[in-house]
Amino acid sequence: MSVLSAHNLRKSYGAQEVVAGVDIAIEKGECFGLLGPNGAGKTTTLRLLLGLIEPDAGSIEMLGEPVPSGARRARQRVGVVPQMDNLDPDFTVRENFMAYGRYFGMRDAEIAAVLPGLLEFAGLTNRGDAKIQALSGGMKRRLTLARALVNDPDLIFLDEPTTGLDPQARHLMWQGLRRLLNQGKTIILTTHFMEEAERLCDRLVILDHGRLIATGSPRELIAQHIEPSVTELYGEDAAQWRTNYAAQLCERHETVGETLFCYSRDSEALMQNLSAQSAMRYLHRPASLEDVFLKLTGRELRD
Amino acid sequence: MRLFAPPQLSLRFIPVWQRNYLVWKKLAIPSMLGNLADPMLYMLGLGFGLGSLLPQVAGVPYITFLAAGTVCYSTMNSATFEVLYSGFSRMHVQKTWDAIMNTPLTLDDVMLGELTWAASKSLLSGIAILLIIWVMGLQTAFWLSLWIIPIVILIGYCFAGMGLVMNAVSPSYDFFLYYFTLVITPMVLLCGVFFPVSQLPPLLQHISLFLPLTHAIDLVRPIMLGQIPAQAWLHVLVLVAYGSVGFYIALGLTRKRLLN
Repeated sequence: MSVLSAHNLRKSYGAQEVVAGVDIAIEKGECFGLLGPNGAGKTTTLRLLLGLIEPDAGSIEMLGEPVPSGARRARQRVGVVPQMDNLDPDFTVRENFMAYGRYFGMRDAEIAAVLPGLLEFAGLTNRGDAKIQALSGGMKRRLTLARALVNDPDLIFLDEPTTGLDPQARHLMWQGLRRLLNQGKTIILTTHFMEEAERLCDRLVILDHGRLIATGSPRELIAQHIEPSVTELYGEDAAQWRTNYAAQLCERHETVGETLFCYSRDSEALMQNLSAQSAMRYLHRPASLEDVFLKLTGRELRD
Repeated sequence: MRLFAPPQLSLRFIPVWQRNYLVWKKLAIPSMLGNLADPMLYMLGLGFGLGSLLPQVAGVPYITFLAAGTVCYSTMNSATFEVLYSGFSRMHVQKTWDAIMNTPLTLDDVMLGELTWAASKSLLSGIAILLIIWVMGLQTAFWLSLWIIPIVILIGYCFAGMGLVMNAVSPSYDFFLYYFTLVITPMVLLCGVFFPVSQLPPLLQHISLFLPLTHAIDLVRPIMLGQIPAQAWLHVLVLVAYGSVGFYIALGLTRKRLLN
């Protein structure tokens, strides 16, 4: 049985259908990614799933409860890490946990009992009395995650959990999320970082203009949509190279600005050719989820 | 959800109230001083300064007259400031409400928490003025004047409910200035805080009848003078109505703002 499922979910604002028939089924213990360019409907979908807004059509079931009618009961067992930190700036780290636990109806003694474990999880063991303003961006983010665990949720929502974090903080966040998955928690996350989705997600969907345009594991999606290897050629020589060799050496190619993307299956001949061109700057790499994402959603800016 | 569906009220609002109380407790002393200095200075300054020039107002020394008005308008200001500026910080700037609504609590719980908290906080402002009144012996009958305490809670409830409407529609802090210049300040001048309503031209006297602060003062001033207020239930009803209708409209508008 799914931990969270939605069928034919729809939500419009004025004439614009922001969520236009989304179907999702998330299994227990998996990390499920919700990807999409800005304005694709990710945050609206999350808010619908949490029961904060009502869908125009469709049905949702979360942890056995119908949403939104039973959302309050379902949220008792859910943790949410929002896109923007909304920690209580007037409280210390410890007080943030206490206040948040009370919203779940926990008694102070119950919250105090889980507090040391949560502080350890956030890497803030000695910072219980620290003011929020004194924490770094990464610490705040980990605290927000740990705060979402105060009620020992079965399902955790993460809306862009690592946006704005440096690589160290990001890796620490990923470790934390893996620990939660190992404990059997279910995670649904949105992200702009394809690398993050590729590392963490068992399955993911790509959302664009309110519709799901792809579903699968990261590896399936790459195999399905993109040739296994990608070579990026840079600079003025790339255009000339394209005229001379692209048709012969690339299975598929595209030019973005001054960069030529050459997609291929067997890249041996291509590599031999390129190593002979001493002046050419290029990068040869395996295909990634980002290639899939850009192929499916296009390269135009969405802001 | 229908935006103007009836409020779903439950005791789940208590942790929201508690959260606001715990934050306030950290800043209690500066907050109290800030809240009290202004009305106290007005009461004492005008009461003695202007009072020395006036023989009597409505049959009593001016400072006694002014004291009842000050209790009411200090309570009104306290409740209004709390739901406008502090409430807006929590709703819009700090996103505290969003954090709470990700838990089993709903917007209705959050707003009931804000309403009861603003009423509680304004109770402190009202009581502080009342303490000064007692110390100065401005009341006629001490035991009767204890009735002012529940009335102060009611006044806080009334203006908190009204203020939440402004909170629901405000794009920024600057917007609240309109509410003060167009609603709060005119009320202070029209409802008998500084001078009897009977001094106003007839048209303004009629308008004054419909304003909640008038009814607050009509309850508190007689009690200060040792009398049972005439038509007390009518005044109570008006204050309850303004607060409740305000809260109901505010809830609908805030649902539209946050849950749409």
